[in-house]
Amino acid sequence: MLDSKIPPGALEHKWNEYKGHVKLVNPANKRKIEIIVVGTGLAGASAAASLGEMGYKVKAYCFQDSPRRAHSIAAQGGINAAKNYQNDGDSVFRLFYDTIKGGDYRSREANVHRLAEVSTNIIDQCVAQGVPFAREYGGLLSNRSFGGTQVQRTFYAAGQTGQQLLIGAYQALERQISLGNVTMYARHEMQELVIIDGKARGIITRNLISGKLERHFGHTVVLCTGGYGNVFYLSTNAMGCNVTAIWKAHKKGAFFGNPCFTQIHPTCIPVSGDYQSKLTLMSESLRNDGRIWVPKKQNDNRKPGEIPEEERDYYLERRYPAFGNLVPRDVASRAAKERCDAGYGVGTSRQAVYLDYAEAIIRYGKVECHKLGLENSTTEVIRQYGKEVIKEKYGNLFDMYEKITGENPYEVPMRIYPAVHYTMGGLWVDYELMTTIPGLYCMGEANFSDHGANRLGASALMQGLADGYFVIPYTIGNYLSDDIRTANIPTDHPAFESAELAVSDRMTRLKNINGTKTVEYFHKQLGKIMWDKCGMARNERNLKEAITEIQQLKKEFFSDLKIPGDIYEMNPELDKANRVADFIELGELMCIDALNRKESCGGHFREEMQTEEGEAKRDDEHFTYVAAWEFKSEHEWELHPETLVFDVAKPTQRSYK
Amino acid sequence: MEHYKMGLTLKIWRQKNSQSKGHFATYKVEDISSEMSFLEMIDVLNERLIREGEDPVAFDHDCREGICGTCSMYINGRPHGPWHANTVCQLHMRAYKDGDSITIEPWRANAFPVIKDLIVDRSAFDRIIQAGGYISINTGNPVDANSLPVDKNLADASFAAAACIGCGACVAACKNSSAMLFVSAKVSHLALLPQGHPERKSRALNMVAQMDKEGFGGCTNTQACESVCPKEISMTNIAKLNSEFIFAGLSE
Repeated sequence: MLDSKIPPGALEHKWNEYKGHVKLVNPANKRKIEIIVVGTGLAGASAAASLGEMGYKVKAYCFQDSPRRAHSIAAQGGINAAKNYQNDGDSVFRLFYDTIKGGDYRSREANVHRLAEVSTNIIDQCVAQGVPFAREYGGLLSNRSFGGTQVQRTFYAAGQTGQQLLIGAYQALERQISLGNVTMYARHEMQELVIIDGKARGIITRNLISGKLERHFGHTVVLCTGGYGNVFYLSTNAMGCNVTAIWKAHKKGAFFGNPCFTQIHPTCIPVSGDYQSKLTLMSESLRNDGRIWVPKKQNDNRKPGEIPEEERDYYLERRYPAFGNLVPRDVASRAAKERCDAGYGVGTSRQAVYLDYAEAIIRYGKVECHKLGLENSTTEVIRQYGKEVIKEKYGNLFDMYEKITGENPYEVPMRIYPAVHYTMGGLWVDYELMTTIPGLYCMGEANFSDHGANRLGASALMQGLADGYFVIPYTIGNYLSDDIRTANIPTDHPAFESAELAVSDRMTRLKNINGTKTVEYFHKQLGKIMWDKCGMARNERNLKEAITEIQQLKKEFFSDLKIPGDIYEMNPELDKANRVADFIELGELMCIDALNRKESCGGHFREEMQTEEGEAKRDDEHFTYVAAWEFKSEHEWELHPETLVFDVAKPTQRSYK
Repeated sequence: MEHYKMGLTLKIWRQKNSQSKGHFATYKVEDISSEMSFLEMIDVLNERLIREGEDPVAFDHDCREGICGTCSMYINGRPHGPWHANTVCQLHMRAYKDGDSITIEPWRANAFPVIKDLIVDRSAFDRIIQAGGYISINTGNPVDANSLPVDKNLADASFAAAACIGCGACVAACKNSSAMLFVSAKVSHLALLPQGHPERKSRALNMVAQMDKEGFGGCTNTQACESVCPKEISMTNIAKLNSEFIFAGLSE
């Protein structure tokens, strides 16, 4: 039976009550306790820095050449916080409610409320660290709106918010490294979890430069290794993002929560060819001012500028007048797919819709001209001033678009299409962020906890930093206070030896296949199966087919893979093969989970379950639970449902109309 | 936009590891689409090398959207290739035409030793940040974010400096392998904000000392760094660093 360890009491008091009674570790004992933190994105870097500051001995690991490179850096639009600086009616409750509703009632009330509570501390902390958020002329912080909300609560630093927040956490981490509280292992990738007497006690890593395997002991292990969107091959994730660390933990006993909950982001640059290695996101913030449309005529070959206003279908504004272009991501993505599938798509592939800034440029231009007293300006002058405003707000995004496509988005509408962006699923954790393996924690995108079936924009950064700065520093002590008498376990312990042996066996096995096909081949095959059959729309027949195909692909992978080079040297192909092997197994579990959940909720859309208007139809009676999967053996998992209870935010049909 | 295909001759630096001597190897690639990114073109080459039983070209890359700062190739004598304010991963093949020759090298600097092929060790940058590239505040006790208004112009200037992605192109472009643009961007970012004031003196002195210790060269104001910086970090930051450094030294 899963115990989510939600503290008793009223929702708004749970976290304070918990903090007031949680067990502590005194400073002298902290110095003797070693904590392993894997991954140095927002969650990992903020956790490693904070735990180091508290006096623990921290060891941090990342596969990149520096902790500053983690993919949190690519988050563009912003970070939510219930500050109500705009005096527009925001509050902790509203942020909590929006997040629960946005997640389509598939997340835990207590966790989400805590997230909303600490959101305000995050902004304070980041400003104190020197994060250069956007400001108004009066010197105070600026806000903007994001999808799924009707208030302005998103803090931002142009289109580089993730970068600035990560650099803030990275600098705090580097400071702890210089003080000797944190030891950093860059270009090290976790390969296995070490469990001793039922508790997580260490990891095996591969040094990506020498190829050597290394053993590391920790009293506890914290995984902050990000999402697994690369299971689809093409996604907005960085090339190195992978599931390996949490997958190893899963196979050693950590349950996997809601693996099929995937966020498909509506505004990405469309695929241009077979060689495509990744997809690039255009921030959701662009939907603040941009209008999304397709021609009213099918297979319209005219250029966008030649299509008159009355022949354009602003389908989001038409279908969802209350939220318009700012509907949540899952809704916007499905609406784009619906139009393209029906033959209204644009561009050579017809798998794209327009995101148009022409009107916003005029609107802002008129405001600027008014400010300057240029009331009777020509359209050209108005457009010039408007473009300057747009450039200040979104300049780097527009530049990025132009570099990739060669088209100037100030002059022609951008072409966009949905792409895999974020995975709400991840290791199951309790209120303390501990997995089902004692002493193993999981935070940030790698856990399943806060976003339910759909994450709202600007909430990933919030969750990563909440977990790292403000949750784990409290909850980890509750476990470690019972561990103060545990001496460091030497790494020649048999558990370390067998874990290392398992890893070296796997490396040898992969290397010795000596087949004919490259890792990329298999990864692309897997991605195609997942995108076609476990992507934006899913149904029973497709999912069953996908499971068979993935099992077949796994056999082929282990009999026909070709890896160049040697094991004990730098070998990026071997590293990739190792990750893809885990993606293949994960893909199967995702399809099993999607097949099991016979309802549509958030990003999970089962075609069998939709309203007459084509909206997602939940089945609260049968599926108000977190699907936590226990690994049993190859191709076999056992479901442990954690029933979700809504005391405060009563589930309703999500409507953005 | 017209799309086209091209054939290219690539001269790429190959070096087995940090101990071995490197050399240039020549490869021909065909049927490269103008819509590909530069790194996707290298992917195509590598897929072929693997199938032919050769060691693929090792290169650093991750986000492939110009923000992580991992990718680092010196292309025809210019870090990150021919486009202005650009990273290698954002460079697209429409920058080239059929029949072109492209020479690809790693960053060249004593402080950035080659690890393999086009991959170099940039951990010196992390150690410079460790020397003082932060504001010393522990988690958990800051004041309300709006309690201290910051002049928008200063905040914008700070942001412009903070946009540095730590890729090292500035060092690779500089004939002295100077890291002044990188160091000055961090010093400016923090010194321009009121939160960064208390430590501004020690920060400037310690970061510059670490920079020297790592073996980066001095700045002779040739501005090569600014011209290749993917994030258009301005040389005025170097002036700011100099004034911070002198101010700190004089008031020691």
